[in-house]
Amino acid sequence: MEILVCVKRVPDSAENEISVSSDGRDIKREDLVYSVNEWDNYAVEEAIQIVEREGGNVTVVSIGDAGAEEIVRREMAMGANQGVLITDPAFEGSDGLGTAKVLKAAANRAKYDLILTGAQADDGAGQVGGMLAALLDWPYASLVNRIERKDDATLRIGREIEGGNQEINDIDTPCVLSIQTGINEPRYVGIRGIRKVASLEVPVLDSAALGVNDAGAAAAKVRRVDYFVPELGAGAEMLEGSTEELADKVVGLLKAKGAIK
Amino acid sequence: MIFIYASDDTALELATAAETLFPGEKRIAIGTKCNELLAYFDEVWSLGEFYPNAELLRPLLTAIVPSGSIVLLPHNTFGLDLGPGLSVKLGAAYVPDVVGFDGIEGATLKAVRQEYAGQVSAHVHCDISRGAVITIRSGIFRAAEPSKTGQLIDHSAAVAGITPRRRFVELIQAESGDVDITKEEVLVSVGRGIGDKENLALVEELSEAMGAALACSRPIVDAKWLDKPRQVGTSGQTVKPKVYLALGISGSFQHLGGIKGNPFLLAVNKNPKAPIFQAASVGVVADLVEFLPVLTEKVRAAK
Ligand SMILES: Cc1cc2nc3c(=O)[nH]c(=O)nc-3n(C[C@H](O)[C@H](O)[C@H](O)COP(=O)(O)OP(=O)(O)OC[C@H]3O[C@@H](n4cnc5c(N)ncnc54)[C@H](O)[C@@H]3O)c2cc1C
Ligand SMILES: Nc1ncnc2c1ncn2[C@@H]1O[C@H](COP(=O)(O)O)[C@@H](O)[C@H]1O
Repeated sequence: MEILVCVKRVPDSAENEISVSSDGRDIKREDLVYSVNEWDNYAVEEAIQIVEREGGNVTVVSIGDAGAEEIVRREMAMGANQGVLITDPAFEGSDGLGTAKVLKAAANRAKYDLILTGAQADDGAGQVGGMLAALLDWPYASLVNRIERKDDATLRIGREIEGGNQEINDIDTPCVLSIQTGINEPRYVGIRGIRKVASLEVPVLDSAALGVNDAGAAAAKVRRVDYFVPELGAGAEMLEGSTEELADKVVGLLKAKGAIK
Repeated sequence: MIFIYASDDTALELATAAETLFPGEKRIAIGTKCNELLAYFDEVWSLGEFYPNAELLRPLLTAIVPSGSIVLLPHNTFGLDLGPGLSVKLGAAYVPDVVGFDGIEGATLKAVRQEYAGQVSAHVHCDISRGAVITIRSGIFRAAEPSKTGQLIDHSAAVAGITPRRRFVELIQAESGDVDITKEEVLVSVGRGIGDKENLALVEELSEAMGAALACSRPIVDAKWLDKPRQVGTSGQTVKPKVYLALGISGSFQHLGGIKGNPFLLAVNKNPKAPIFQAASVGVVADLVEFLPVLTEKVRAAK
């Protein structure tokens, strides 16, 4: 199988306190720790495992600024055969559809049997995979947590639905699948692995190379006006004090609620 | 026209969302089994009875929904499957996971979303001149009251002639384990903030000292540190405890969606801006690795 995996570089929300910049136009970018979007890392692992079983190649593609090369290389160190970086200021401010249009152009540069995306990224949208499938006119399945081969032209897949139940489907290839976390255990990537791929070439493509001139802010139907921190209700009553004092207060509350048996 | 896809009980919340966006506008429910919705909609378009496979529904809806329409879907595993591609096929804008509306000005819809797992919110403007597909987070709008005497319209013929390239095979129920956290009154729940597998022992000791059951967020199950039946959330268990301790859990809507019955929620997190503190009754800003051993010691002493 020839597999394309779409990967995005995002601020790692487990590592960072995300806050809004003073003009509200962006989040505060200083001191952010970036990594590959959690869901995309599972997608790359899954692609590698499929190719280990069936043969073929895994290509990772990322749209971003020059910094995105670092995650493309990381996924190559994991085992992706090649990587492509798409970077062009003209693509900034793309909505989901704009991103999907750019990825479609990237997908059309070779003949792929399968395209994997993450189920969602840092914007919590979960839109790019489904849009890409619709633009390519390929079938799509979201939140995939199992992939097996059924026959030459069909995959048997599981979709994770509410309550952790699983919806089994047969889907014709070529197709686009969005991958849910937990589908596999992504392999560890160490410094040595990264060094091994350091000399490999990562082609860089722009709008001219891809022939895409209808993405970016001007073409976007959906645009973010600003970020803000909502004025919510009271929120939690925050306890204050030293570690000892905090623990005493928590024990007092738990006892009062009958939570200590 | 404003359409809502009726896939489950979110349909009544979507009816309220429709009324909020376009007061008085004709609203239509579409679905495979939605005849009971006549009291809430002007029309109910019945598609017949079949498994709601998004790859079948998308061409079907593209054929029968007039261009320029607004389509509302739940932001759940069904809406995520159907919505993005539907917006492309309808030539409409797509606005995912809306948590609020700020009105409409001309052809611009103003909506509120969240990013970075709920750590910040964003105002988004959307050009709806060619229609829009909008997915709405559950629990944002209250369920509509019956106020209509709708007309049932049979669209079941529309499905004939569509050969989906993805075919539904079967549903497999989630495994149940040896613990049933749905029946527990006190839950000690651990999230990714615990850091390392070794640190999990700190949480186990606390739950043992309290005599409470251990639960967790999704990343703990993904990492195979605890079994799936202990996962709280939309893709895990729905729990109704009296007391819920959230330790190193950020408070994503998928996690909070599994906590019902308005428990006393005590959150411990090192990030004072973590969204969990909006949902919690009481909050403690602390590092779990330092805080938990002290807490466990004091719980033991208090018995
Ligand atoms: C379709 C779908 C379904 C999902 N279903 C579920 C579900 O059922 N249940 C679920 O939980 N998630 C679910 N998720 C995932 C969800 O979106 C979040 O990714 C997940 O809930 C995050 O888990 P977390 O809060 O443990 O981790 P994170 O979001 O990474 O948060 C970790 C928290 O720990 C804090 N922290 C870090 N270090 C420390 C320390 N030393 N001391 C104290 N605090 C610390 C951080 O400040 C942070 O707030 C689902 C996602 C999708 C797309
Ligand atoms: N800039 C990007 N570059 C490559 N892939 C992306 C990009 N943005 C989104 N994707 C893919 O689309 C998936 C869903 O993202 P989203 O629709 O933004 O939530 C991600 O997990 C990626 O696989």
